Amino acid sequence: MALNNASDTLAKFKDPVLCRNLLDKIRAELPGPLAFMEVCGTHTVAIFQSGLRSLLPEEIRHLSGPGCPVCVTHEGEVAAFLELARKDNVIIATFGDLMRVPGPKGTSLKQAQAEGCRIEIVYSAFDALALARKNPESRVVFLGVGFETTAPTVAATIKVAKEQGLENFLVFAMHKLVPPALAALLQDPEVNVDALILPGHVSTIIGVEPYRFLADQHGVPSIITGFEPLDILQALLLIIDQRKTGQPQVVNQYSRAVADDGNPKAREIMAEVFTISNALWRGLGRIPESGLALAGEYQRFDALTTLDVQVQDLPPLPGCRCGDVLKGKMQPTHCPLFSKPCTPATPVGPCMVSTEGSCAAYYKYAL
Amino acid sequence: MCLAVPMEVKHINSELNVADVEIAGVKRQVRLDIIDYPAAVGDYVIVHAGFALRRLDREDALETLKLFQEGLNLQVH
Repeated sequence: MALNNASDTLAKFKDPVLCRNLLDKIRAELPGPLAFMEVCGTHTVAIFQSGLRSLLPEEIRHLSGPGCPVCVTHEGEVAAFLELARKDNVIIATFGDLMRVPGPKGTSLKQAQAEGCRIEIVYSAFDALALARKNPESRVVFLGVGFETTAPTVAATIKVAKEQGLENFLVFAMHKLVPPALAALLQDPEVNVDALILPGHVSTIIGVEPYRFLADQHGVPSIITGFEPLDILQALLLIIDQRKTGQPQVVNQYSRAVADDGNPKAREIMAEVFTISNALWRGLGRIPESGLALAGEYQRFDALTTLDVQVQDLPPLPGCRCGDVLKGKMQPTHCPLFSKPCTPATPVGPCMVSTEGSCAAYYKYAL
Repeated sequence: MCLAVPMEVKHINSELNVADVEIAGVKRQVRLDIIDYPAAVGDYVIVHAGFALRRLDREDALETLKLFQEGLNLQVH
């Protein structure tokens, strides 16, 4: 194999000839209808962008699960960060995707910004530290959304803030954990999923073990997969194999990035700064032990207690079916609001806001 | 926001615990706080939200590609 450097190696994972051959093999070996769910926003985008969705046989149904961090942010959490934004002397530091997520009254951070609230888009939690250093008279609140991939980056940032004695840096921890959400999803009798494609980069951190129950207790073939077309096609072939043998397993297809025991250093930092807590998920409700709250001496960085804001269990936005989309119960195009009035320019719910949201992906690639 | 991409390490500053990384002309500086073992210049690392998460294992990538081809009974080229 004439691959001279790492970049050539990576390019090979998009090889069209190999893709075509894998697709032919899938077509030839598919034993019957198959509904698979990917549980990661990056997979959602990869499956659409690469054109795989339209190339797969019709018997393969693709569902997007609760893997878009912005989409699963609960209505009550959105209301809470909008409240934080309106506090005196507060600067909100956020990833850009959260800017246009509508709150219960239809307002968003973008509108709050237009009304004069100070909101800054950052690329990394670490950028928020620089913002706090530059604005010692204000309190900088970083909006911590994301799964096990993002949580360690925020934990590492909080540790540095503590080391540097930055008193005006706060975090609203909304991080969510993938395995408990998958457990909740598979316990829902209305959810029909034959197989799972597991999130590659969450797995980079947590490894393989936390997913074992998917095969052992629920009998669902589950593959940790990379994000190139060849990765996803190989995952589908592995699923088909398991269907044929009747032996569901958890398989790590993405071993070039995922060690079986994940990234222990990242988990250690996460465990030092956070403690496992209950969390509210859009569409899935309250799931025990599926979130992260600040632990011990790090609690002083908690934006909610410091600024006296509470997260309330608010009902879904009127008419918005993002919750059903996140559970794979409804395809985005079947939502009565889809494309009129809900569009990426005028989103009613978060699945149409985020680039990783399934509604936004359908709007962009499937219409 | 959850997108993570492999980027090539161009320079490492151990004192600041950061690396300069690049892919397709896009340059970033990333933190090295949570990467589990040190990456060297020329390695690819998975970058997410301003942090390097993990070094990509090139040998493993080649092995995966070989399996693809063998699985399809193709000529390895």
